[in-house]
Amino acid sequence: MYAYDDIDRTLVNERVAEFRDQVKRRLSGELTEDEFKILRLQNGVYLQLHAYMYRIAIPYGTLSSEQLRRLAHVARRYDRGYGHFTTRQNIQFNWIKLAELPDAMADLAEVGIQSMQTSGNNMRNVTSDQWAGVAPGEVEDPRIWAELLRQFTTLHPEFSFLPRKFKIAITASAHDRAAIKIHDIGLRLLKNEQGETGFEVLVGGGLGRSPFIAKTIKPFVHGHDILSYVEAILRVYNQYGRRDNIYKARIKILVHELGIETFAAEVEEEWQQIRDGVLKLDDGIVEDIRSRFFYPAYETLPHMPDELRQAAHDPKFEAWRKNSVVAHKVQGYAIVTVSLKPIGKPPGDATADQMDALADIADKYSFGEIRVGHEQNLALPHVRKRDLPAVWKALDAIGLAIPNVNLVSDIIACPGLDYCSLANARSIPIAQEITRRFANHDTANLIGRLHINISGCINACGHHHVGHIGILGVEKNNEEFYQITIGGRADEGAVLGTLIGPAVPYAEVADVVEDIVEAYLALRASPEELFVDTVARLGVEPFRERVYATR
Amino acid sequence: MTSPLQQKIKITGPSIITANRTWDGAVIYRTGTKSWSDELTDAAIVRTADEARALLSEAVADDLNAIGPYIAPVEVATDGAVKPGNMREHIRLTGTTIALPAQA
Ligand code: HEM
Ligand code: SF4
Repeated sequence: MYAYDDIDRTLVNERVAEFRDQVKRRLSGELTEDEFKILRLQNGVYLQLHAYMYRIAIPYGTLSSEQLRRLAHVARRYDRGYGHFTTRQNIQFNWIKLAELPDAMADLAEVGIQSMQTSGNNMRNVTSDQWAGVAPGEVEDPRIWAELLRQFTTLHPEFSFLPRKFKIAITASAHDRAAIKIHDIGLRLLKNEQGETGFEVLVGGGLGRSPFIAKTIKPFVHGHDILSYVEAILRVYNQYGRRDNIYKARIKILVHELGIETFAAEVEEEWQQIRDGVLKLDDGIVEDIRSRFFYPAYETLPHMPDELRQAAHDPKFEAWRKNSVVAHKVQGYAIVTVSLKPIGKPPGDATADQMDALADIADKYSFGEIRVGHEQNLALPHVRKRDLPAVWKALDAIGLAIPNVNLVSDIIACPGLDYCSLANARSIPIAQEITRRFANHDTANLIGRLHINISGCINACGHHHVGHIGILGVEKNNEEFYQITIGGRADEGAVLGTLIGPAVPYAEVADVVEDIVEAYLALRASPEELFVDTVARLGVEPFRERVYATR
Repeated sequence: MTSPLQQKIKITGPSIITANRTWDGAVIYRTGTKSWSDELTDAAIVRTADEARALLSEAVADDLNAIGPYIAPVEVATDGAVKPGNMREHIRLTGTTIALPAQA
């Protein structure tokens, strides 16, 4: 956990007071909607189909139990008893009343939660690996750098009116759980030959209408230079980014049009002018941030406690453990993923009661800490292995011991036409139907790792381009249709999926997914060959044939 | 932002003006009596581009109470019953097509 200081608290409280005044002026007619819109967007307040939507940042996905309880309180007091965790380590409330928003914000500010820059054309929440600081083999905790960047970019005047939104993600593990290659800037933490911490810097990734996988702009930037290097990228973007055309305004288009070499040369020139200036970090600053991250006082515990050995006789427990529990960097501890993908329910939603219960579970078994991942699941980052059976029971009691992490029913889905005013088609009911088709755990396990990602329009909030199976809602003559891609992936080997054929109507999407899965089961070289690997080996043709043979 | 009135108005059938209410964001419909209602049945129905423009400019002028007014299609049955003209408007009127997590 990170402990905020007085500067953070003052900033957040001032922001709440400012927004309260802005809302008051809007409701009295002193501000028009045109004047107010940019102000509300700077604070994460959108308008959706039925109501305002309030997006709150969970920096690098780390939440305390106290914060989670407060989110539950906001869900209950100001919304309809639930919240939606998103693919960018944010939580959204869908039914907040503008008149009550300042109160909700004030309640959240008390526990250090805020929503600055969660929408609008500025620097968004800096995201990271949800296992940061606990994953075995990690180079070092990337959240220290995420926090530095968060402080640097919050209310930075040069980054407050960018050509378009800007997203940074950081990972420090070989396996990328933060999807850095589909971010405007992706940072991969590593050590150079001298053992110094730095970053491989990637730039120009993004999804939406024109998807791009990020390219490496510099293989190593020293940690001390990371702020100035990011600043240099942002300056080049600010100067050349297409403010005249919203479809061309993201940095990915600039990088694509200039070419990575030219873009890199521009950045280099800018950087040389500022790298040794005020933005140069020293070890003192980095250590100061590091010292405000609290780590649990881990005990020396056995690798295989008796409790775990006994519980292994229960096949239901074992199914969950094998699926949802992974190794921790400290012996005797484990990381537990809490799937928010119950069969037949909206992906990523948690009720206020579940949030409260999870906060209690975290207090009892995970040093009061919860993580939020980009797959719209939560994690308990420091569970003693001997407590796993108890955690499983406690999660089961709130309907969240669902052993489907990374399986076909662990679907990423955007809100789609059920909520979103930009949508062409619904996402959530499609996800629900697919989870019902694959409700049988043995079947899902047999299929193995398979990520389905669904977006209700080309903005791609559900990351459909990088789903192993991607589903994109389009509209045809006023009807909901869906384009299906296969073979995408969002990790260190990120690639965009390939379209398999013409769009299919709403009612057929789950059938098509079943056909694709059946084709995969027939085609895979062995049970170990993952769906994406089969697609990579054989291409989309055999899948296309199977799906469209009877359509 | 370009005002909806600056755009060319084309309607292909009976239409209404809808928006979201400022203080809570709820879906509202422009009535024939210079106000708003949250019932579609209270909405004034327009059938020509000129009528639509007139009603829309009234709605846009009420910036205090309504956000983002626009023209939306409706279906009018022979008995006069009014229904939303597309899925989006159907969902705005009747709510999400899925059960909310905290219900049931
Ligand atoms: C009111 C609801 C929402 C609106 C209006 C909205 C709007 C947008 C727009 C316009 C874009 C495209 C931006 C561009 O390419 O320049 C976008 C991209 C994106 N949004 Fe959303 N979004 C909403 C909800 C969500 C939710 C619920 C999530 C997470 C589940 C999300 C995460 C993302 C991500 C990850 C991208 C694509 C990555 C990128 O290229 O930036 N958004 N959104
Ligand atoms: S992908 Fe489209 S439909 Fe889905 S949330 Fe984003 S903007 Fe809305």
